[in-house]
Amino acid sequence: MAAPQKGRRQTGAPGKPGRTLILFLIAMIALVGGMFGAGELTPRLGIDLAGGTTITLKAKSSPGQANAVNETNMNTAVGIIERRVNGLGVQEAEVQTQGSDNIIVNIPKGTNSQQAREQVGTTAQLYFRPVLTLGPGDPSTQQPPPDASPAPSADSSKSPSPSGSDKDGDKPDKESADPPAAEAPSASETTQGRALTEDLKADATPTPSGSDKPEPSASPSASEPATPPADPATEKLQADFAALDCTNEKARGALGDNAKSGQPTLACGENDGVWEKYILGPAEVGGKDVDDANATINQQTGQWIVQMDFTGGGSKKFQAITSKLSQQQAPQNQFAIVLDGEVVSAPSVRQTLSANAEISGNFTQESAQDLGNILSYGALPLTFREETVTTVTAALGGEQLHAGLIAGAIGLALVIIYLVLYYRGLALIAIVSLLASAVMTYAIMTLLGPGIGFALNLPAVCGAIVAIGITADSFIVYFERIRDEIREGRTLRPAVERAWPRARRTILVSDFVSFLAAAVLFTVTVGKVQGFAFTLGLTTLLDVVVVFFFTKPIMTLVARTKFFSSGGSWSGLDPKRLGAKPPLRRSPRRLSAPIDPKEA
Amino acid sequence: MSRLGDLGARLYRGEVGYDFVGKRKFWYALSILITIAAIAGLAVRGLNMGIEFKGGAVFNTPKTSISVAAAQDHAEEASGHDAIVQKLGNGGLRIQVTELNTAQADKVQAQLAQDLDIPQEKINADLVGPSWGKQIANKAWTGLGIFMILVVIYLAIAFEWRMAVAALIALIHDLTITVGVYALVGFEVTPGTVIGLLTILGYSLYDTVVVFDSLKEGSKDITKQTRFTYSEVANRSINSTLVRSINTTVVALLPVAGLLFIGGGVLGAGMLNDISLSLFVGLAAGAYSSIFIATPLVADLKEREPSIRALKKRVLAKRKAAAAKGEAPDYSDEGPGEPRGSEPDDGEPAERDIPPAAAVAGPRSHGGRGRGRPSGKRR
Repeated sequence: MAAPQKGRRQTGAPGKPGRTLILFLIAMIALVGGMFGAGELTPRLGIDLAGGTTITLKAKSSPGQANAVNETNMNTAVGIIERRVNGLGVQEAEVQTQGSDNIIVNIPKGTNSQQAREQVGTTAQLYFRPVLTLGPGDPSTQQPPPDASPAPSADSSKSPSPSGSDKDGDKPDKESADPPAAEAPSASETTQGRALTEDLKADATPTPSGSDKPEPSASPSASEPATPPADPATEKLQADFAALDCTNEKARGALGDNAKSGQPTLACGENDGVWEKYILGPAEVGGKDVDDANATINQQTGQWIVQMDFTGGGSKKFQAITSKLSQQQAPQNQFAIVLDGEVVSAPSVRQTLSANAEISGNFTQESAQDLGNILSYGALPLTFREETVTTVTAALGGEQLHAGLIAGAIGLALVIIYLVLYYRGLALIAIVSLLASAVMTYAIMTLLGPGIGFALNLPAVCGAIVAIGITADSFIVYFERIRDEIREGRTLRPAVERAWPRARRTILVSDFVSFLAAAVLFTVTVGKVQGFAFTLGLTTLLDVVVVFFFTKPIMTLVARTKFFSSGGSWSGLDPKRLGAKPPLRRSPRRLSAPIDPKEA
Repeated sequence: MSRLGDLGARLYRGEVGYDFVGKRKFWYALSILITIAAIAGLAVRGLNMGIEFKGGAVFNTPKTSISVAAAQDHAEEASGHDAIVQKLGNGGLRIQVTELNTAQADKVQAQLAQDLDIPQEKINADLVGPSWGKQIANKAWTGLGIFMILVVIYLAIAFEWRMAVAALIALIHDLTITVGVYALVGFEVTPGTVIGLLTILGYSLYDTVVVFDSLKEGSKDITKQTRFTYSEVANRSINSTLVRSINTTVVALLPVAGLLFIGGGVLGAGMLNDISLSLFVGLAAGAYSSIFIATPLVADLKEREPSIRALKKRVLAKRKAAAAKGEAPDYSDEGPGEPRGSEPDDGEPAERDIPPAAAVAGPRSHGGRGRGRPSGKRR
C-alpha cells in the first residue's frame, strides 16, 4: 500500500515564482506584439468558413495512353495533389474528384493561390532523360546542327549561354584541372546545374580513369543516339529540332504534350533567362523513382539546391544512367531533368552516382522548395489541364462560425460559473490561466497563418473550444491535489508546494497521451485531420506551458496572500470546509489523536 | 460547495465511497449491453456518411439571384439528401448534394432547374468522387491503429501492461459507443465527425491516466501490507479521484454541451452538431469507462497475479482472525493518526451510516491512508 513515507521526498521547492511569471508575461507580450507587428489580427480561416478558390483540373488523355484516365490514376493524382497543396499539412485545402476526369482543388482564401495553382496544375511528369543534342532555343540565332554531330551543337550551345552564373563560373576551372579531364570541354556549359554524388564512399566510382574510357564509348546505347541512323523518325526529330523555337511559349507547351517517356523527344529549358533546346533520349528514371527531395542551401556556393534520394530501384537506374553518361563526350554526358516537357536542369555527369543526387540551378528558395515538393510527392500519373479557376464563398458560412463562437462563449461562461461555485477563490486563478492560454493560442494561430499557412476551420474552432475543458483539467488536477494536502492538515504554502510534484506528474503523463495522439495523427493523416491534429498538439503543449510557467508560479504567489492562506470561506481553500483534520490549522505535524474516533 | 467539498473530503478519506470494483460485473454487463446496442445499430442502420465519404453530385448554376439558403432548401427537397450551397465568383451557385448516382442526379438537376427557374441545360451537373473523404478516413484509421500501439507501449512502460490493456479496452469501448450513437441517431458523418472521434482518443485516455496514476501510487508497496487487497486499493483510487474525474468531465462537457445544444440546437448550425455530438458522447463515455471499466479491469487482471492473489488470501485471513476476536476488522492495527470520521461541519448521521453495501470495507477502511497515510507521514 502506499508507502507512508512517500510524501516526504516530494516537497517541491517554491522556486522563484516572480521571475518565471515575468518571463511568461514577456513571452506572451512578445507573441501578441508579433501579431500586431505582422499586421495579422485574426487567424486565417479555412475554406469552410471563409471561402476561397476552386480550381478545376481536367485530366488529359495523351495519345497512346487512352486508358490512363481511370479511377486508380485519378485517385493517385488526388493524393499527390493533396499533399502538394497542403505542404505542411495545415492549409486545409480540399481535393476531390469530380466526374470521371476532373479534379477540384479548393484552396482557402489567403493562400498564395497563384503558387498553389502552379504546384497543382502545371506540374505533372518528371523524367530523367539523357541529352542527345543541345542548341540555342531561338532558331534565328542558330547555326542549324543538321548533321547532328555532337561537337558543333555543343559549341553552339556554349555561345549563347556563356558562363552562366558566376557561382558556377569558378567551378569549371577547378574541374578542368582535375585529372579526369576527359570531359573537360563540357564543363563550361554545365551552367544548368550539376549532379554531384553525396555518398562518395558508396559504389560511386569517383574518377572514371582514363583507361575506362575507350571501352564504354563503344557501347551501343551511347553511340546510337549521338549519331542517329538515318531512319525517318530520327530525321523528323532533327527537322523538328531545327524548326523548334523555344522562345515561343506555345511551341514549348506542345512539346510537353507530345512527349512520350519511351521515345526520344524535343524539349526546351531556360538557363539564365536564355532558352535552349534539346533532343533527349528515352526517359531512364522517372519521378516515381525519387524517394524524397528537399530544398537546401549549398554551403559552398550559397545557392539553393534540391537534394534527392532515390528509391531502391530508382537508385539502380540512376546509377546505370550516370555510369553510361559519365563516359560520354559533351553534351551527351548530360542528363536532363524534365518536368512537364521542360528541362529544369541538365547537369553533366562526371562520375557514376547512385543513391542520391542534387540539382542545382538558378533556384530561389521558393522554386527550390516547389521542386523539392514536386519530386518528393511524386509525379502525377496523368497530365492535367486547368479548366476553371473561380472563387467560392464559404460552404458553411459566417453564421456557423458565429454560432460556434457564441456557443463557445456560453460554454466558457458555464465553465467559469462551475469553477467559481466549486473552487471559489481558486477559480480566479483558473480563469486567469485559461485567459492566458486563450491569448497565447489565439496569437500563435494568428501568427501561423502567414507563417506556415495554418488555416482555422470549423472543426478546429470546435477543437479550440474543447481545449478549454482540457486546459481546465490540468488546473483541476492541481487544485484537487492542493486540497488533498490541506485535508492532510497542511497550511496552504506547503500544500501548494507538496501538491505540485504529484500534480505535475499526472498532468505530464496525461498531456503526453494527448500529445501522442496529436503527433501520430499529424504524421499519418492529411488535410483537415492533419490540421486538427496540429491544433490539438498546439493546445496540449500550451497547456503544459501555461500550467508550468503561469499557474504554478501564480499559485505560489497567491499562497502568500492573506486572502488565500487564511483559508477564508471564499478562498476555496477553507480547511474546515475541505474537512481537514481540525486542530491543525497552523501545524502540519499534528500529533493529536483524531477527535472523533468513529467506530467502524 | 459545502456539500460537494465535504463529499470530496469524505471520498478522499474513504469514509464514503462506491464499490466500483466490487460491482464491476454489473458495469461490465451494462457496457457490454451498450456496446451490443451500438454494434447492432451500426449493423442495422449503418452510418449516414457525408458527401466527402460517399461522393455525390455537384450542380453549378449560371449567375442567379436566388439566395444560398433558398437554393439549399430546394436542393434538399429535390434530392432528399443534405446539400451544401456555395456562391461562386461569377455569381452562380455551386450546390453539392450527398449520395446521388447519375440517374438521380439527372432528376435532381431537372427539379432544380424548375425550382430555381434556370434552363436545365445551363445547370452543369457532375458527380463528385468519395476519394477525399475516403483518403482522410483511411489515414485516420491508420493513425488510430498506430496511436493505439504506441499508447499501449507507453502506458505499459509508464504504468504496466495490465493498465495498458485495460486503457485500450476502455478506449475501444468509448469509440464503439460513440460510433453506435451516430448510427442510431443518424447524424451525418463528416470529416468533422472523424475529427471529433479522434479528439476522444486523447481525452478518454486522459481521465483513465489520472485514475491509473493514483492507482499506481496507491498500490506501490501493496504486497508489504496485509490490510487491503488490490481491488480495494483500486476502488479507493477511483473514489479518491472521483471528484477530480467528475470535475474534469463536467468542465470538458460544458463547452461541448454549449456547442451541441446552443450552437447546434438553437442556432441551427449543422456541422457543429456533427462534431459536438461525437465529442459529447465520447467524453461522457470516456469518463464513464475510466471509472467503471478501465480500473476494475486492471483490478481483475491484477488479481490473477500470484503475489496479488496471495495478498488477498493474507488480507482475508487476517480479517477473519480479527472478526473472530470480535474486533472491528480494519482498524485493529491502525496507528493513532487515523482520521476516522472527522467531518467537522456536518455530521449528518444519515450520511455517515452508509449501508455496508455502499461503503464496502475497501474504500472505507483505508481512510486517509490510500495515499500516504497520515500516520506515516507525521511519524
